[in-house]
Amino acid sequence: MTISIDPQKTNNESLQPKGWLRYFSFSLDHKVIGIQYLVCGFLFYLIGGTLASAIRIELASPMSDFMPRDVYNQVLTLHGTIMIFLWIVPVVNGAFGNYLIPFYVGARDMAFPRLNAVAFWLIPPSGLMLVASYFVEGAAQAGWTAYPPLSITTPQSGQIIWILSVLLLGGSSIFGGINFIATIIKLRRPGLKLMQLPMYCWAMLGTSLLVVLSTPVLAGTLILLSFDIIANTGFFNPVLGGNVVVYQHLFWFYSHPAVYIMVLPAFGLVSEILPVHARKPLFGYTTMVFSIMGIVVLGLVVWAHHMFTSGTPPWMRLFFTIATAFIAVPTGIKFFNWVATLWGGKISINSAMLFSCGFIINFVFGGITGVALAQVPFDIHVHDTYFVVAHFHYIVYGGTVFIIFSSIYHWFPKVTGKMLNEKLGILHFIITFIGFNLCFAPQHWLGLNGMPRRVAEYDPQFQFVNQISSLGALLMAISTIPFLINVFLSVRNGKYAGDNPWNALTPEWLTSSPPPIENWEGEAPLVEEPYGYGKEILNENKNI
Amino acid sequence: MLNKNFYLILIISLVFAISFWIGFNVNLLPAEASINAPIYDELFKILFIIGLIIFIGMTIAVIYSLFKFRKRNDQIGDGIALEGNLSLEIVWTIIPSIIVLLIGLYSYNIYDRMGGMKELNHNHEMMSSNTEKIWAGISQTSDNEIAINNLSIEVSAMQFAFLFNYPKGNFISGELHVPVDQKVSMKMESKDVIHAFWVPEFRIKQDIIPGQPTILNFTPTKVGKYPIVCAELCGPYHGGMRASIIVEEESDYNEWFNKNKKPEVNL
Repeated sequence: MTISIDPQKTNNESLQPKGWLRYFSFSLDHKVIGIQYLVCGFLFYLIGGTLASAIRIELASPMSDFMPRDVYNQVLTLHGTIMIFLWIVPVVNGAFGNYLIPFYVGARDMAFPRLNAVAFWLIPPSGLMLVASYFVEGAAQAGWTAYPPLSITTPQSGQIIWILSVLLLGGSSIFGGINFIATIIKLRRPGLKLMQLPMYCWAMLGTSLLVVLSTPVLAGTLILLSFDIIANTGFFNPVLGGNVVVYQHLFWFYSHPAVYIMVLPAFGLVSEILPVHARKPLFGYTTMVFSIMGIVVLGLVVWAHHMFTSGTPPWMRLFFTIATAFIAVPTGIKFFNWVATLWGGKISINSAMLFSCGFIINFVFGGITGVALAQVPFDIHVHDTYFVVAHFHYIVYGGTVFIIFSSIYHWFPKVTGKMLNEKLGILHFIITFIGFNLCFAPQHWLGLNGMPRRVAEYDPQFQFVNQISSLGALLMAISTIPFLINVFLSVRNGKYAGDNPWNALTPEWLTSSPPPIENWEGEAPLVEEPYGYGKEILNENKNI
Repeated sequence: MLNKNFYLILIISLVFAISFWIGFNVNLLPAEASINAPIYDELFKILFIIGLIIFIGMTIAVIYSLFKFRKRNDQIGDGIALEGNLSLEIVWTIIPSIIVLLIGLYSYNIYDRMGGMKELNHNHEMMSSNTEKIWAGISQTSDNEIAINNLSIEVSAMQFAFLFNYPKGNFISGELHVPVDQKVSMKMESKDVIHAFWVPEFRIKQDIIPGQPTILNFTPTKVGKYPIVCAELCGPYHGGMRASIIVEEESDYNEWFNKNKKPEVNL
């Protein structure tokens, strides 16, 4: 690969491989990096999904009979780690952030293109390392939370590789976060005010602040944990006087904000998609911005709600209950605003719109169980049960993954210049929506009635409901087939989209599809009203 | 206009009626077998009804919008250029804030009734020293009451079993036997990794932590045999780490206790 050091020539076409080969190069083009993130993330999604299917096959019967028990724990650890660190975080932040943010601020690339490429290229090796750790001495088997002392006492090589890989992925995430903050704050086109930015910019600004503030804490914690494992130190090891509860505080100080790192960008993306397909301005722009920032601030002070059954003093339980429950307020505002955006529109019922509406319904459900879980007395019964598993899958799958699919249907024409097939898209939505709810809704009941999470065997009275859940998982696995067929067929033979098939007003649509290497042939347009639907005449007057 | 408001009120009342009906008639919880359980179920019912109202309401709003405001084939152009409505936005900030605050206060009340706010770190008869700090757990009784009742059990958890030590009888059992309607106090500690003590029918759970004793108090109210489930990932056989709690009449309990009791051995 040839990389010019001269900043004038960094994006010069002649220096970069052309065609599909550029996706395998150390490209500095934010659009190429965005697609690299997306495709790489999707490949890991397929691996994580295969592991999820293995879990649901094991749980179709009450006995531990499909795989050995320690392998089961490795599978659930890898499933969680891959889905969070290699699929959702890189895709909603890295993929869509890299592709869209420079367009939205009117820039030709991200603020630090090389750092951007480094951030992406950290992901494939650390992901492969994580998966390959299975073949060494077995992968990590202490869950994605890696609570000591379990993580100290299980086979070391797997746990150490897990820590290394999560550290690299965390580093990648921090590099990305710094880049997004710099790009949004400093690279805005002259004349473009902060309060004119598309909502996804605000979501990414909030998310990146969370990434930069909290990910270093996880890194420090995991380094201490690795010392406990390799060097026999006693930070968290109770045998040597360490405190296991301190680890949980440090871990959740990152890992609760991580939930917002996974959902805030999705909130931003759905705010871009709904106005376009409903042909209406985004309802309540200012309250949306303030609610994002409110979630960022509150999100940093709620971590101990993951620890209501650990050793926490009563006053602490109370504080974290109230703080957690109050996150429902800014989040609720956003959902009311989205429904108000739909209200009175001229809605095109297409795949992007259906996945976004599926997101609203699923996330409202997950949010309600979230408010319930915030209440200490409620949580004490269902903590570490399938109720919690159901809750967070409603948030991260029913919420974020639905939005990832919605976004793919929405921006596919921008990236490729071709349309995705709508019939296959709607089929994809129907199977996913039914499969998802069939898989996870019954798990609430399982948790309430006595099935803990992370078990390979369970009380036979839960078998029937577990089989319903596994059937749902089967449908979810099947639902990727129409999607993959759709993508492959459409890339080759899809209908030509034209530059702006949705008649959207946000800046990325005001250039050709796919966009030129410098994003715009001429100067970047000044988009003062990215959501000015229903008042084109007004817009034209302003532009004159 | 009147007609439109009429339908709106009708739909809202229907949503409320359906949510209340489901809330009162659909039972998602296991049997109630401790003093905590009915208190918990009261909170559950309230949260369930509020949750149903919000969920059904939002789902209807989304599906109605998709149907009512869908783009017909002959339509061109955009929807109305409505960018916001400050009073509406204030309403849907304040109402959820009030609901959340009320739920918080109510659950604080529930937690207090479960004994969650009681001090746990002094004068417990089994503690090695009065200054030892014990974190958390649910206490249903004041420490004096426990001292009178004498039902103190030491729980130790290890991969992959629970052991119940009855200091008064000087014996260790793999099954937890307790008399019905009496306050039980347990001091729990783990020998290796973190475990958790969970009895779904009692609606209580507490982590058992190595190097850090925790306390859990409860009062069983129904005779029977219930599962004790480990709820914290503790290794390959985590799913199999279960024990039973046997709640029995006092006479049966005493019979069992006396049968197992061992004389004190003085070395």
